[in-house]
Amino acid sequence: MTALRTREAPRPAPVSTGAGTAAPARRGAAWWVPVSVAVLVVTVLVAVTIGPADLSVGDVWRSIAGHLGLGGALGLEPLGALQDGMVWQLRLPRILTAAAVGAGLAVCGVVMQSLTRNPLADPYLLGLSSGASLGAVLVLVVGWTVLLPVAAFGGAVLALVAALGLAGAIGTITPTRTVLAGLAVSQLAAAATSFVIFWSATGDSYREILSWLMGSVAGATWTSVAVAGIATLVLGTLLASTGSVLDAFTFGDTAASALGVNVPRVRWLLLVGVALLTGALVSQSGSIGFVGLILPHAVRMLTGARHRLLLPLSALFGASFLVWADTLARTVFAPRELPVGIVTAAIGAPVFALLLWRGRRIA
Amino acid sequence: MTDVRTDVARDLAHDLAGGPGATGADGQGGIDARRVSWTVDGRLILDGVDATAPPGAVSGLLGPNGSGKSTLLRVLAGVEAPSDDATRVAFDGADLLGLGRRRRARVLALVEQDATTDLPLTVLDAVLLGRIPHRSLLAGDSARDHEAARAALETVGTSAFAAREVATLSGGERQRVHLARALAQEPALLMLDEPTNHLDIAAQLDTMRVLRRLADDGVTVLAALHDLSLAAQTCDHVVLLSGGRVVAAGDVHDVLVPDVLDDVYGVRTEVLTHPRTGRPVLAFSPRD
Repeated sequence: MTALRTREAPRPAPVSTGAGTAAPARRGAAWWVPVSVAVLVVTVLVAVTIGPADLSVGDVWRSIAGHLGLGGALGLEPLGALQDGMVWQLRLPRILTAAAVGAGLAVCGVVMQSLTRNPLADPYLLGLSSGASLGAVLVLVVGWTVLLPVAAFGGAVLALVAALGLAGAIGTITPTRTVLAGLAVSQLAAAATSFVIFWSATGDSYREILSWLMGSVAGATWTSVAVAGIATLVLGTLLASTGSVLDAFTFGDTAASALGVNVPRVRWLLLVGVALLTGALVSQSGSIGFVGLILPHAVRMLTGARHRLLLPLSALFGASFLVWADTLARTVFAPRELPVGIVTAAIGAPVFALLLWRGRRIA
Repeated sequence: MTDVRTDVARDLAHDLAGGPGATGADGQGGIDARRVSWTVDGRLILDGVDATAPPGAVSGLLGPNGSGKSTLLRVLAGVEAPSDDATRVAFDGADLLGLGRRRRARVLALVEQDATTDLPLTVLDAVLLGRIPHRSLLAGDSARDHEAARAALETVGTSAFAAREVATLSGGERQRVHLARALAQEPALLMLDEPTNHLDIAAQLDTMRVLRRLADDGVTVLAALHDLSLAAQTCDHVVLLSGGRVVAAGDVHDVLVPDVLDDVYGVRTEVLTHPRTGRPVLAFSPRD
């Protein structure tokens, strides 16, 4: 305040771009990009060696090298068919699917939190994941497996429209109203999913219901890797390149509009992108909660609120996070397996509570 | 900042090439809005408003609650589309609403009321948001962006807390940051909605002084103001709205007179003269 009142000169002196003015400590946050890439690579390489089966690290590498056509070149003996199948057909697809799903969900979380200016927004809490699960289960029951990602997308879009519509119908769209509306939509979709499975399934319907509602990558195949991986690479990259646009929403719709953003069009394009990606991911993994909620908040502590680094870093750390969560899910109570959603909820729910507490002003 | 604004003027002249000359002696510069109408749910909020804001002046948009001040700013800024095809908004002779959004955001900046965020955003980062219209969507901040942001922080006297988080600032400090963010856009036209709301008197005068300095540098400034006395002290030109129509417009001395104010606000107004500045000082009492 004093600075302005006491200054005589009507015009500011030329300002250097140097270190004169205190620069935020976060300027160095770009270094986290190589760090997060390294973390992800190490995560995948280490996680693939962890597991209950009687396999050594060397065995695992022999299998992978063999499939990459490097076995001969490295002079490695091929692994036995059973063990090889365990690595190549079970563990690796599972880990890569978890990585793709984790990255995609984290990006979805960032985009939703920005566009709705709601720190509690994520595909799970707002009901998109449950809607996608319902869509997926419906086509599986009918037997139209080919339509799986499309149906999941349809379910996610319907859930999104229902949640935002309901929140808007209550009154002004506040974060709390959005979450409450999302909860209603999510519960309804989850109940419908359970009902459909009970009605149709002949075998272990409990397990199947659980894997759709809590999420699981236990059944991941190379097809899962392809669907989740391509969706995350294509849609995730598109969404992650919208940093400047999302930045413009920091102070709300009017500010975004005044900064040259076509608010209604951008909002719907990006939310449809989020629904598309969520649908593709959920069709392979069921609805895994809290990844999209907590990763963006954790990464903001490193990068600040601007999106240029927040988006890619959330994706990269989200990938590592879900790989480790799934590794815990399959090893902690081995030979029993937990749905990975139990692990992410155990970590995410307390963080959610913390966010509620921190954001109590915005209710 | 001066250089910067010359750039903008050149940019704009380039953008608007072919149109009538910019701020000339013919008085065609600044904002010239005609027949601005806006309806919501069948309710007419703005009813064919004609308003001007001359270049190089601080213009005040005045009027009672609900008279349409904020709405008029939002329509002029292109945030809301006018509901009547006859609406024309010219700036320095060119069609402001006809410009593309991004191009318009390089000419015009809008400071809203009470904009806030819960995100961990530093003041410098908040001000850098003003550079979004000036760079490609995929690019990061350039040195030029940082230079503009720092100059804007300097102009409003907030350089000292560039590294602080916006959420930790007082109302007055936050208002300055929003002003700095608008200045980082390097606008030739600055619109503000109640920029002095919730500020103490010193901060109010500071804000108005910044606006004055910008006007002196050639920026067209249009601010919706609630406080008639502050407007009387600080504005050159005022537009008085009531019920979505313009009641009076022109020089403060001509518009802020008892007859007009008594009629619009339903009060009794005395106009005194400030002993030092010679500007009008308003005193209000209830009508019996």
